[in-house]
Amino acid sequence: METRRVSGQDAHVVKAPVARWRVNLVVDPILCDGRGVCAELFPERVVMDHWGYPIVDQEEIPTGLAEHARRAVAACPRLALHLVEGRR
Amino acid sequence: MRAPLAASTATLPQAPGFPRLLSALPSPDSVVDLEAHLTHWGDLPLHSARSGLLDELDASGLRGHGGAWFPVGTKWRDLARGGRRTVVVANGSEGEPASRKDELLLTHTPHLVLDGLSLAAATLNASRVVLYVPARQVNGLHRVVHDRRRGGIDRVEIEVIEAPDAYLSGQESAVVHALNDGPAVPTFIGLRSIRDHGVRGRPTLVQNVETLAHVAMISRYGGLWFRSLGTQDSPGTMLLTVTGRWSEPLVVEAPLGAAFRDLLTLTPQDADRYWGALLGGYGGGWVSIPDLLDCRLSEESARQLNSSLGAGVVVLLPRTHCPLAESARVVRYMQRQGAGQCGPCIHGLADLAAHLEGLAFNPASFRRHVPPILELCNLIDGRGACRHPDGVARFVRSALVVFRDEVEKHLRHGPCAAIKTSALLPCPTHDGRDR
Repeated sequence: METRRVSGQDAHVVKAPVARWRVNLVVDPILCDGRGVCAELFPERVVMDHWGYPIVDQEEIPTGLAEHARRAVAACPRLALHLVEGRR
Repeated sequence: MRAPLAASTATLPQAPGFPRLLSALPSPDSVVDLEAHLTHWGDLPLHSARSGLLDELDASGLRGHGGAWFPVGTKWRDLARGGRRTVVVANGSEGEPASRKDELLLTHTPHLVLDGLSLAAATLNASRVVLYVPARQVNGLHRVVHDRRRGGIDRVEIEVIEAPDAYLSGQESAVVHALNDGPAVPTFIGLRSIRDHGVRGRPTLVQNVETLAHVAMISRYGGLWFRSLGTQDSPGTMLLTVTGRWSEPLVVEAPLGAAFRDLLTLTPQDADRYWGALLGGYGGGWVSIPDLLDCRLSEESARQLNSSLGAGVVVLLPRTHCPLAESARVVRYMQRQGAGQCGPCIHGLADLAAHLEGLAFNPASFRRHVPPILELCNLIDGRGACRHPDGVARFVRSALVVFRDEVEKHLRHGPCAAIKTSALLPCPTHDGRDR
């Protein structure tokens, strides 16, 4: 995945914005007790294992899905889901 | 002003050739007291700690001997960079049941460890200095710390704190949790780092006691001397706890890069005497004897065999024992030793333990339907707050590969006779009786 830093003097060479949601979804496995809200609200990146705990896809989250991700994070009753910048 | 380390070595006794860590021990059961320690190693060059030691650590290429093999110079520089007061912890908890090297250092040549701890405290401007060890070593080490204080060796106060007798109590975040008055179980670090945010929020160094003993030698003889043994990528020596080769478990010191063939004096015929060898510990992996014979002593070589050097555990498993029974007992032990905090680890390790016990002791219970053990390993990998489930997954995967013929035999003909042999791999109940 190519990423470009758009800052200062080289900003003018970027013709199309390559804006990426450069964050990952991270679950705190100690806080999580498998309520399943995240998988319901954000099935594009979260599936449940057969014990009912979320498996989070580490693929980058595209802009179009950012709102879903934020909603899942906000809805976690255990506050166990986080959006974190710069992982991997 | 920078004191060149070369100048201080001139006043020191001659640097040891080989062995290093164990060179002051005249016999295996001797104890090196402070006087003998200073005679053998010379004074502790604390004066050079602040200025030159970080450079020497970088030059030495020393990596952490607790199991993570992280470059020590890099770790210390990270801590020194912020300019904040730090907390420095010597980790001698040694939760790995088949490891005895830390205990050997702390009981037989403790001053080498404490030299390293004192150097870390001076270099990293520590406001709190802790020696974290199992209960049975606390009293002895209190006396050692007291002797040094009376002898004017350490410039800082060293606290001796008891590590609970459990597999995970030495895990880095568990150590910090314990020193923050919590239980000694791992915490979820996320993207933060213990190095930035550890005990009471302060930058914290948690370093294995053997690593600190190497630091004590590097401070005296320099990074180049350290590199005179070992290889370019894996310099120096390491302690190994070897079980199953001789009549009792032994701790040996070996130069990194040495061939296991030479180290264990194994002949090709020995391939028939053993099922395989466990490298690294219960979060490491089994390797076949032919692979072990060709393997060199380094974390990279062990990784190529899908194993790890871990904390230097080597167990040769004689054919008088059932490899599946041994593996099943270890997985059950690891399941019981889990902190019980993360769902996938709680459920995954319980299922894995049950499946391995089935394979070893009651394969008929599967009724031709062998449970998906490998899928289960993949499912728990990376799903915990710490690496406990990942280690068990590696251990189980390696058992299925190295002992695949035995798995087949158990499934076809039922358990072998060797399942009744008493366990070789220790699985202590951690109530003090088994060790």
